Amino acid sequence: MKAIRILTRGIRDAFKSVIRNFSLSTAAITCSSITLILVAVAMVISYNVKNITKDLEKELTIVVYMKETATEEQINELKNKLETLENVEDYEYKSKDEWKLEMKNYSDTFSTALDYLDTNPLLNSFTVVVKDVNHLKDTTEEIKKIDTVESADYGEGMAENLVKAFDVLEKITLVIVLALVLVTAFLIGNTIKLTIFSRRNEIEIMRLVGASNISIRLPFLFEGFFLGILGSVIPIIVSIYGYVLLYDHFNGYLFTHIIRLTEPFNFILYVALCLLLIGAVIGMVGSYRAVRKYLKI
Amino acid sequence: MKLIEVKNCYKVYNNGVTAIADLNLTIEKGEFVFVIGASGSGKSTFIKLLYREEKPTNGSVYVGGINVAKLRNSKVYKLRRKIGNVFQDFKLLPKLTVYENVAFALESIGLNNSEIRPKVIKALESVGLKEKMRSFPNQLSGGEQQRVCIARAIVNEPKLLICDEPTGNLDPDISKEIVLILDKINKESGTTIIMATHDRDIVNRMKKRVIHLENGVVVSDDKKGSYKAHESN
Repeated sequence: MKAIRILTRGIRDAFKSVIRNFSLSTAAITCSSITLILVAVAMVISYNVKNITKDLEKELTIVVYMKETATEEQINELKNKLETLENVEDYEYKSKDEWKLEMKNYSDTFSTALDYLDTNPLLNSFTVVVKDVNHLKDTTEEIKKIDTVESADYGEGMAENLVKAFDVLEKITLVIVLALVLVTAFLIGNTIKLTIFSRRNEIEIMRLVGASNISIRLPFLFEGFFLGILGSVIPIIVSIYGYVLLYDHFNGYLFTHIIRLTEPFNFILYVALCLLLIGAVIGMVGSYRAVRKYLKI
Repeated sequence: MKLIEVKNCYKVYNNGVTAIADLNLTIEKGEFVFVIGASGSGKSTFIKLLYREEKPTNGSVYVGGINVAKLRNSKVYKLRRKIGNVFQDFKLLPKLTVYENVAFALESIGLNNSEIRPKVIKALESVGLKEKMRSFPNQLSGGEQQRVCIARAIVNEPKLLICDEPTGNLDPDISKEIVLILDKINKESGTTIIMATHDRDIVNRMKKRVIHLENGVVVSDDKKGSYKAHESN
């Protein structure tokens, strides 16, 4: 019963204090809002870069053509061989007859030309999806060494470089997100320290009248929690509306159809939840550290 | 019956200053004791040792039978619930009303509102400030603020009331008024009062026990002492 009373008093006092120390609360909220907006922007960029890299990686496949003379047995052998390769995620086999049918359906010109020929000039093929695009070249070379393989190629050049560039970008944005979270923690923590410093008399009196450490800490922890939550409200609104507007403005693609933006829902709601949690946790941790200084525990 | 017993107590601060040296004394329940001495004589350190704001470097300090020197930090709050503190600078919270300032002490130790209200009213009545319970500290005179501080210190009915130069910021007439309130509390409720002071008029007028500290050592301890007697030492 007493514990509940201390808890509810902690919440009530925290509310009162946020309102009574209006200017310091406003400073803490503004400070956390600004940094959390930056965190939100970095998170949105980081997640999109990650998705774009994934999309591009999916496009990078090895196209393997078998020799014209390949028998049914050799096709099965190659299937088995591909399955044993470490970097092969999946493959799709298409026989030369399927190719022919596809080409005939594609255009009348192809259809007429292929009908003139007595034999099918096309080759049996495999489209191979790899697990790690960084080893795409090695896997292609390995496949090329197989006797029954006529050729093995992948989209060398630009696409590969683009994937590498996005990979680096993804890592950079991740570092930026982490750095910003740390900066936010530092700024919110310091602002809360300032509010607590201005109330060290209050803490001193609480200590002298025999308040237990937990009952001294609780109102400040809740206060940090509320300030963090309030500080995340504007960033949440900005990121949800901002991202939906951005997505609609570009119709889901950024500059080119290669760069597809992540759909706003539920992605942006997760970002909002992260902002709320970062704000609340950092607010509480900041308060905890600041109060500890005056408690002499 | 002993309330406080200090044995072979030393306090040396980290900077090497010896504030208390081989202090030995006892204070009985219900006594009113003045602790006098020049600045730096160890009065404040002695008082801080009693409510475990400071720990002795050596020796023991018993308050209500508990050796506070060996009291764990996490248990200090239990000791402080039995002790009231009155400060020279009042230490009132400026954004709380008189009532809220006094109630704050009880709220902090987890009492419920129905228990708090009668205790606060009673404490404010005993210092004659019931009519001003809705005022804020900056609307009160220095003497009134100190009375609020006393009300906050006695609201939990402590066994011991420690006053660290409570009249230091007040003019002589108001100082007399404050000491008479403390005397009344001592007589009516039997609360032991230890008051550190520089105010010779008050010490001389009250004819109470006077402990005189110099360089952390008791130089005299008179049952019905006065400032004049110590000056001649």
